[in-house]
Amino acid sequence: MNRLLPFEWIAAVRFLREGLAQTALIVTGVAVGVAVIVFMSALLAGLQADFLRRMFSSQAHIVLLPPDEVARPLRQEAGAAVLATVIRPSQRLRSIDQWQGARDQLRRWPAVTAVSAMASGAAFAVRGDVSKAITLMGVEPEDFYRVVAIPDKIVAGSPRLGVEDVLIGTQLAIDLGIALGDKIRISTAIGATQTLTVVGIFDLGNKGANQRTVLVTLRTAQALLGLVGGATSIDVTVTDPYAAEDVAQAIAAATGVRADSWIRTNADFFSFVNSQNLSNAAIRLFVAISVAFGIASVLVVSVVQKSKEIGILRAMGASRGQILRVFLIQGGIVGFLGSLLGSSLAGIILAFWRSFARRADGTLLFPVSIGTQLLLLAALLATATGLLAAILPALRAARLDPVVAIRG
Amino acid sequence: MADPVLRLAGIRKAYNVGTPIETEVLHGIDLTLARGEFCALIGPSGSGKSTLLNVIGLLDRPTGGQVHIEGHDIAALDDAAITDLRSRSIGFVFQYHYLISAFTAVENVMMPLLVRRGFPDAAMRHTAETLLDRVGLSPWKDNMASAMSGGQQQRVAIARALAMNPALVLADEPTGNLDTKSADAAFALMRKANQDSGTTFLIVTHNMDLARRCDRIIEVVDGRITADGPPHAAPMPV
Repeated sequence: MNRLLPFEWIAAVRFLREGLAQTALIVTGVAVGVAVIVFMSALLAGLQADFLRRMFSSQAHIVLLPPDEVARPLRQEAGAAVLATVIRPSQRLRSIDQWQGARDQLRRWPAVTAVSAMASGAAFAVRGDVSKAITLMGVEPEDFYRVVAIPDKIVAGSPRLGVEDVLIGTQLAIDLGIALGDKIRISTAIGATQTLTVVGIFDLGNKGANQRTVLVTLRTAQALLGLVGGATSIDVTVTDPYAAEDVAQAIAAATGVRADSWIRTNADFFSFVNSQNLSNAAIRLFVAISVAFGIASVLVVSVVQKSKEIGILRAMGASRGQILRVFLIQGGIVGFLGSLLGSSLAGIILAFWRSFARRADGTLLFPVSIGTQLLLLAALLATATGLLAAILPALRAARLDPVVAIRG
Repeated sequence: MADPVLRLAGIRKAYNVGTPIETEVLHGIDLTLARGEFCALIGPSGSGKSTLLNVIGLLDRPTGGQVHIEGHDIAALDDAAITDLRSRSIGFVFQYHYLISAFTAVENVMMPLLVRRGFPDAAMRHTAETLLDRVGLSPWKDNMASAMSGGQQQRVAIARALAMNPALVLADEPTGNLDTKSADAAFALMRKANQDSGTTFLIVTHNMDLARRCDRIIEVVDGRITADGPPHAAPMPV
């Protein structure tokens, strides 16, 4: 007997060891449940992280925009309308009012990790007799690279932007037949034109984005788009992407600028993520319930089998509390052991999954790993489930009347 | 003089109280056991011996009358205090040994000490080993309880009943499941404990041979004590 363990632990461990086959069966049952939960959670987390990573590689969590222009119908006094129809005005390219102030305010915002102002608009990239429609994005590189990690996506050249320089996507480079150091002409609808040197070519992982996105300095874009000193949007990243909508609303309220979070602009994707999380939670719940019933039924059988021994322990002076704890601990131990075995099992399933969930070129479809946090959570949940499942059998054991137990 | 180990006054015990099938099993038992007595409790089946033993063993509360164990009136005690008094003052030996099968012989003897103190210690093990030695089971002390013969198991059970050095040991047909030789050995062990430590024994038995070897024979018939005296005055087997 281990002198550091109290009676309850000693008895719980001995009882489990005595019914080894029974214990092994139920621990295996718990392990299968835990493995399903751990593997599913890891897979789902990996999938979502991969989706988000792809999405945010070319998109900020929150984008601040100037408010839409609206037409205000004229009214005479006494509420009589003058016009029968109100025509919605077109949205011309406008700067955010006082954008420097908003930007500086956002930089001090606690949940915000990066802020980048941008002047962007439609333009054409022209080389020789070919012209392509592009989205011209004028940025302050240091700020922008913290929102979208362009330096990681550069496939040729460097991400360093000067006022005469331009970064283009791989597809545009192909379409225009451009190599590093070549010049292209950018012209916009207001008639402004500037010839710039291609210093870098990037790959955003999306053909459309690689075809349309053209990066220049903020100042260059301001000149080309006729927005002197202006910025059409401010990109913001936050610590928790899933809290982006709340942060966006707080920002909008504080600055008076329209703030769209990715959650709003990608409502379909977000509801997909949500329903995925919900179904995962439901599966977890039902697996946990079936595991709990398994543990409880094994313990109930054990209480019945041991009722005479429990009776004699009570006659010897064991309190109801001690007997209660002996069985609660058994439930906890079964849950905990099951979680260890189940986590290992999940690791094996994951290794197996990794071996076939690959693209044609042999790279993983998306990275999946079982984090320490997930393991701890699984162990905690399984142990808690074991304890909960043991409550009824333990109460039953504790309530045994020694006389009835011994006689019966 | 010190309090008697046990004093019963007007003990009544009824089952299914308040229902149409209410049955009174004990109809007013008066009994006093002095320290160091070695008594047999005899009587036909269904006479109420076991019920009486449960009441004395504080496993069951009487419906009427008073139980005093070593001077404590149990009517004044709550369940926790009764559990405590029982574990300190009373040892049990049953017809079936009821050893905890997941533990070894020596651990079973330690068990009453362990449930009381919470953690095992060397002194506990020493006490248990001494007791096992007294019942002649030292060589088997680390055998699992389930891996011993019936006679050995009952001797372990006797050692266990003595572990707390109780004032009173209640034995319910302790030799009922044993062959004659094992039964004699078990009986001799109890007698020895009685002589060595002055432990009071109350032994329920159907075996008149064993009963006659006790100092005092108490006969219960139909829930009443019908005879109480030294063996030479005892009635013939019923």
